[in-house]
Amino acid sequence: MNAKKVIAKAYLWLVLIVLYAPIAFIVIFSFTEAKSLGNWTGFSTQLYANLFTGSMQNATGLQSAVINTLLIALAASIVATVLGTVAAIGIFHLHGRKKQTMTFLNNIPMINPDIITGVSLFLLFVFLGISQGYLTVILAHITFCTPYVVLNVMPKLRQMNPNIYEAALDLGATPAQALRKVLVPALRPGMISGFILSFTMSLDDFAVTFFTRGTIGLDTLSTYIYADARKGGLTPELKPLMSIIFLIILVVLLVINIRQSKQQNDNL
Amino acid sequence: MTAKNDIIISLDHISKSFGDKKVLDDISLSIKRGEFVTFLGPSGCGKTTTLRLIAGFGKPDEGTVTMEGKVINDIPPYQRKLNTVFQRYALFPHLDVYDNVAFGLKLQKVPEAEIEKRVKKVLKLVSMSDYEERDVESLSGGQQQRVAIARALINQPRVLLLDEPLAALDLKMRKDMQIELKEMHKKLGITFIYVTHDQEEALTLSDTIVVMNEGKIQQIGTPTDIYNEPVNAFVADFIGESNILKGKMLRDRRVAFIKHEFDCVDEGFADNEKVDVVVRPEDIYFTTDPAKCQFTAKVNSCTFKGVHYEMWVDTDTGYELMIQDYDPYEVGTEVMLYIDPDDIQVMKKERLANTYAGKVTGEGKVEFLGTEFACDTAGFSEGDEVTATIRFEKVDLLDHEDEADTTGHVVFILYMGNHYHLTVKTECGENIWVDTNDIWDKGDFVGIKILPKDIQLSKPAAGNE
Amino acid sequence: MNKRSSWALPYFIFLVLFVVLPLVMILFYALQDGSGHFTLNNVTKFFTDKDALGTFALSIEVAIENTLLCIAIGYPAAYILADNKLNRSAVTVVLFILPMWINALMRTLATAELFTMAGVQLGKGTLLFGMCYDYLPFMIYPIYNQLKKMDKSYSEAAQDLGATPGQVFRKVTLPLSMPGVWSGVMMVFMPTVSTFAISEFLTNNKIKLFGTIIQENINNSMWNYGAALSFIMLIIIGLTTLLQGDQEAEETSGGLI
Repeated sequence: MNAKKVIAKAYLWLVLIVLYAPIAFIVIFSFTEAKSLGNWTGFSTQLYANLFTGSMQNATGLQSAVINTLLIALAASIVATVLGTVAAIGIFHLHGRKKQTMTFLNNIPMINPDIITGVSLFLLFVFLGISQGYLTVILAHITFCTPYVVLNVMPKLRQMNPNIYEAALDLGATPAQALRKVLVPALRPGMISGFILSFTMSLDDFAVTFFTRGTIGLDTLSTYIYADARKGGLTPELKPLMSIIFLIILVVLLVINIRQSKQQNDNL
Repeated sequence: MTAKNDIIISLDHISKSFGDKKVLDDISLSIKRGEFVTFLGPSGCGKTTTLRLIAGFGKPDEGTVTMEGKVINDIPPYQRKLNTVFQRYALFPHLDVYDNVAFGLKLQKVPEAEIEKRVKKVLKLVSMSDYEERDVESLSGGQQQRVAIARALINQPRVLLLDEPLAALDLKMRKDMQIELKEMHKKLGITFIYVTHDQEEALTLSDTIVVMNEGKIQQIGTPTDIYNEPVNAFVADFIGESNILKGKMLRDRRVAFIKHEFDCVDEGFADNEKVDVVVRPEDIYFTTDPAKCQFTAKVNSCTFKGVHYEMWVDTDTGYELMIQDYDPYEVGTEVMLYIDPDDIQVMKKERLANTYAGKVTGEGKVEFLGTEFACDTAGFSEGDEVTATIRFEKVDLLDHEDEADTTGHVVFILYMGNHYHLTVKTECGENIWVDTNDIWDKGDFVGIKILPKDIQLSKPAAGNE
Repeated sequence: MNKRSSWALPYFIFLVLFVVLPLVMILFYALQDGSGHFTLNNVTKFFTDKDALGTFALSIEVAIENTLLCIAIGYPAAYILADNKLNRSAVTVVLFILPMWINALMRTLATAELFTMAGVQLGKGTLLFGMCYDYLPFMIYPIYNQLKKMDKSYSEAAQDLGATPGQVFRKVTLPLSMPGVWSGVMMVFMPTVSTFAISEFLTNNKIKLFGTIIQENINNSMWNYGAALSFIMLIIIGLTTLLQGDQEAEETSGGLI
């Protein structure tokens, strides 16, 4: 039995090492000043310093890219969460073919590769003569984020005791009050996880943003990196940036997962 | 007339359908102020729907709901002066016990100090005083139950509606809560409307019981009335254990069943009218005095039930009866039995045979129950409306559909001493009643076959429904 | 309560506008020439262009290989992670899922640089490796979820009836884990076919995939041809979705955080 365990663990670690090698690579080489990756010119935090003081190539470009990324993600996630929650409640009360249709339509953005979502929206905006920029990007992000909100809120609707809304009415709440005071709190966990998922998907997106940002020079972090890499050679300061982002994500995910398993243990 | 006879809620000719399923069929009843009324019946009988219409969840398709003299059909639930205790408590998971109970008062903008007073008072009433800050999901079923009751009562409703509130509790807890509910009712003096499928619970708690089945009211009465004088076979079978047998009312106060004649106390039937007879197992007595003996039987089985022994006997005339007695009798013994006239309950038969409105669809063919049957159509022409009559024992049930005329499911089984009287819901939605000696289970899928010679056609009576 | 179902209406309108209509646009542009006349030229152009067909075939081939590779490496990993006896650490699971949340571009660039530093020529081999590396977590996660959700009673029942561990796996665990495998396939196959930036970086632009030619055409204002190519891709998506049948996307997505 132990031999099996050892082999299993070894396999896992092997895969993990391969999985993290490139990431580790970037993190390690963010601590050296060499311009091209792979050169080690001694330990230095100069790149980090450059990043924060903005003394690097196209600092303003990078800065606006980061800000755009965050703003777009925030705007899209908020709208997606509201739209998706309302939609989930509606779909939950549908039956038969109408429900099937809505579920099918809701699944399409999740099934479509992002290049299709990007190209199709691009063509729509061109056809309607809508000039492409912030608005079109945010709309596009809402399009691929909302289905995930719906998917996260639906299970909460099913778990919910169906009588609590009626109980609120019975105790004197108008439908609006019952919604606010009882329905929304019950759905909140699903709304929060839907929001987080939307935010992450928006941050991570490349292809959809690429096609819907128009020609006004709007960049998100992904498109900035893409343009930068194409010019041949990564701007060195991007290494510390990626390392920092990696660290933040690592911490956030660990915290969420540890909280989740703690919650599960508490309920046992 | 004292205030006690005040009608607080009445339902008049209420009907409701969900899709094409008729759930309530012409329900009318009145509830007196301060009464403990129970709607009793099997699942699907319409009792919960009736309760919900009173609470305001859903509108009747026909008929009116009246409260304290005013028609409330169009008044939404949050404006009705009654409160509901839901079957699975429906406590708000994101609020603690205090906030759950205070919910209604907070909506009415009652001042905080008064809310606190009233919450403490009502929690004391349900024995949950120290639980104010507890998370509702950490409470046991019984505790959640009490909080739900407190949450409803704190609003001082005129009527408390309870939808099978004890269904999810274990037996001991249920019995304890029943006693507490009864005491609460006495103490508060408000009207309780209770829904349950547990006939024992209904008999224990209620002032009045409304027995329902398939959307119709079967009987309304006090627990003793319903128990001792059920008006039909369904009520007799649903409430308590019964022996239900086919009989014939020879004349006033003389009835024949199990091929013997008995004195009884019922009158008002036609001479020789076919009836259903109910005798409770505890009302059949053993005797060693030949003068008292009315009929004999052989003991078939004897089971100890704690409070009494339950025995099945085969009468000298070939009928099986259930008897409950404090003393056991050995299997195989010949015993002498008698029944007091008071303990024989005679009920009008709901129907004497299966009758359907049908149409002749051709030479030798008639259509009813959504199917075409072969039968003798002499004297009728194609297109004629007819009444088709089939006797109960002439309906054949098969466990396959190959030779069947139509199919259905067994929905009700009534043992009548020497045969089973089954209610089968056919695939077209109408019921057919069958007498058979075969043993079927509730829910069994059956094929239905009727031989042509067993279908009697007649001209439809005027005003036939 | 029925009024509540009308809440789905705003989203319905949104979906029609931003999901259905754009897809119609693809069809619309694909069947037009530059001056707005109906034509099938764009579609026939694809079928007669040797390069385009070659790229298409190559993309499908790479996608299939990548998917199989991901299954081969990912299934054992998912199995080990989900097996209580072999892995008790929630942190290990997180470590496998973590890369999914890191920007794919960044990871790809890092991989490409790593190869360059190691002196490996960028080409089909690195492409496949890089793809597998990028998409592996997307295969592991759904299989892991499915295996974790599986009722232990099934394998216990099989053992009780005389199955050896190998047989339990083949006859019970593997079939029951298929929905997870299918989800993984869906999350790997189509994205691989449609990727464009990733293949650029991993092959130093030497190898073009289908996504790349779509992107090039759109960028160069060859909207009609680009739309036609996208349309071809839509057909592939439709086919693979039909193949998958009724496996609901819900089974995996609900647990994504």
